[in-house]
Amino acid sequence: MGNVSPIAVQGLNHWFGSAEARKQAIWDVNLEVARGSLTILMGPSGSGKTTLLTLMGCLREVQDGSVRLLGEELNGANEAQSVALRRRLGFIFQAHNLHESLTATENVLMGLEVHGRGNRNRQRAAAHHALELFGLGDRLDYLPANLSGGQKQRVAVARALAGNPEVVFADEPTAALDKDSGRIVVETLKALGKERGTTTIMVTHDNRILELSDRIVTLEDGRIVKDQQVSHQP
Amino acid sequence: MTWILAKLFGRLPIGWMQLSHNRSRLFAALAGVAFANVLVFVQLGILGALNGTITAPYALFRADILMSSSDANTLTDGSNIARVRGFEALGVAGVRDATPLWIGNIEWLQQNGSTSTLQTFGLDPERPEIFQPPLDETVGRLQLEGTVLIDTATRGVSSGDLAGIEQGSAYRFEANGRTLSAIGTLSMGGGFSADGTLIASDQTFLRLFPNRSAAAPNHILITVEDGIDPHVVVERLRMALPETVKIDTLLGAAEADQQYQTTERPTGIIFGFGVLIGVLVGLVIVYQILSTDVADHLSEYATFKAMGYGQPFFLGIVFEEAIILAFLGFVPGVVISALIYNGLSAATGLPVEMELSRAFSVFLGTLLACAISGAIATRRLAGADPADLF
Ligand SMILES: Nc1ncnc2c1ncn2[C@@H]1O[C@H](COP(=O)(O)OP(=O)(O)OP(=O)(O)O)[C@@H](O)[C@H]1O
Ligand SMILES: [Mg+2]
Repeated sequence: MGNVSPIAVQGLNHWFGSAEARKQAIWDVNLEVARGSLTILMGPSGSGKTTLLTLMGCLREVQDGSVRLLGEELNGANEAQSVALRRRLGFIFQAHNLHESLTATENVLMGLEVHGRGNRNRQRAAAHHALELFGLGDRLDYLPANLSGGQKQRVAVARALAGNPEVVFADEPTAALDKDSGRIVVETLKALGKERGTTTIMVTHDNRILELSDRIVTLEDGRIVKDQQVSHQP
Repeated sequence: MTWILAKLFGRLPIGWMQLSHNRSRLFAALAGVAFANVLVFVQLGILGALNGTITAPYALFRADILMSSSDANTLTDGSNIARVRGFEALGVAGVRDATPLWIGNIEWLQQNGSTSTLQTFGLDPERPEIFQPPLDETVGRLQLEGTVLIDTATRGVSSGDLAGIEQGSAYRFEANGRTLSAIGTLSMGGGFSADGTLIASDQTFLRLFPNRSAAAPNHILITVEDGIDPHVVVERLRMALPETVKIDTLLGAAEADQQYQTTERPTGIIFGFGVLIGVLVGLVIVYQILSTDVADHLSEYATFKAMGYGQPFFLGIVFEEAIILAFLGFVPGVVISALIYNGLSAATGLPVEMELSRAFSVFLGTLLACAISGAIATRRLAGADPADLF
């Protein structure tokens, strides 16, 4: 599957609400993303960034048009296919959504256990490693209530990345992070793209990140209005 | 606990961790489950006591078959039966003996001024073998008119009054204008219609109840010859005797009586209904607990769903919670119920007791209620897009 794009969107439309309250949020979106790249979705509030992200990420049922994710058509996919696909993805949300009764390590473990009950000690070590990568080595057994907002968000990032996802969807992941942590997260994602071919789609308003990306797609009122490649000096 | 469960499930015991994370919520939930348990236990206890008091008199007798008038549903209602039916029965193959049984209630004015109703059985003292031990020994002593056996467990009896009987000093009392002399005892206790039991000879009974006739007892007790199946004899008797006579084995009659009183008589229906209400209230409580819990963790579940966890995983969490709640709530529930049973039986003299089988079925019921509620509570997760749950 090396040369097939991990994400290919064609003629995608999406509506919210029913009958008179029905409102179109996505208008005829076409988008193809290269493997291992870091793509940024931009646009004003309410322009449909989150909607498009969740449609591509198999978190929302496709109503009209085609989304091919990792070679599989999402339009008409059944629950079992969705569940199997989601295991190959990593999500980082605006809100950290950590489980309040699980420690940092256990939250990350949830991202690993979904792939099966492997060797517990090895999974635990992998979880610790992911947390250490984001500077949480001394917070391994903390409950979310005892972590700062930025620390929680970093746990959520570690959880999303620990399972070696093929595609990472991130919705304003750096909003809750300070400048340095935000940069570490994005650089990690970039490095994963280079080393493992991990593809990243990220919604952000954060200008500091733009220069690190490969491509910037701008949405307005549910339509793609701008699509620019970012050139990097070697 | 977490560690044990983790070993058990081979995964993080999310259900338990979720429950134990919020202690006050957990205790409220356990109190709810325990309360539901107590509710059901109390209703079942009363229904069980009713059942017990219905069948207890039947258990006094060693007879195999009971003959009554066809309109008699219990030991005390319906018409009387003609005594000659007993003689007719003696002509049927396999019948060894037939003994008439009279039943009536008398008021016993005790020395302390309180009155107790005694259900009085009158039988031929020449046939003590119709009683189960140890009464088969004592009933033989009732030949002398006016002598009776009295129930030491009678509701409201003052303990000292009957103490001398077993030492040989008869207890004398007045009932229906006659002087009776209790020369022996039995221990039955009160039921829903009487406070205790009295056993007398047929002669004494007919003196106590002048309007009752020697020719028309309430029932006829039949014993069959050794080695013969009572059911076979029942069939023969039904062939030989007219339709106006109801014939069943003693056990069958006791069961039918219980069935009748618990499903067709107001008291039984009310207590049965109480059990139903208890179960429904319990279900609502348990459902409320589990569905609130699911609702409160919706965004976490949505995250799990986005990570690729499927419906069985969520069912697993909720079942885990259901089992834990059922178990931890049952323990205080059964203890409190046992205490209430003690109080109830002390206050009413009814046999309200915690039976193992009842405790077991209530536990199973709780488990089932919790599991079903949990399954219903997770349904809203099943069809939803994860994106809509955050
Ligand atoms: N669940 C929903 N039900 C109804 N309308 C919705 C829903 N989610 C989004 N919308 C609407 O769809 C449009 C696009 O919303 P979306 O959340 O995708 O925007 P966004 O670009 O992510 O905005 P923001 O930058 O504020 O996060 C908006 O007009 C919004 O009101
Ligand atoms: Mg958004």
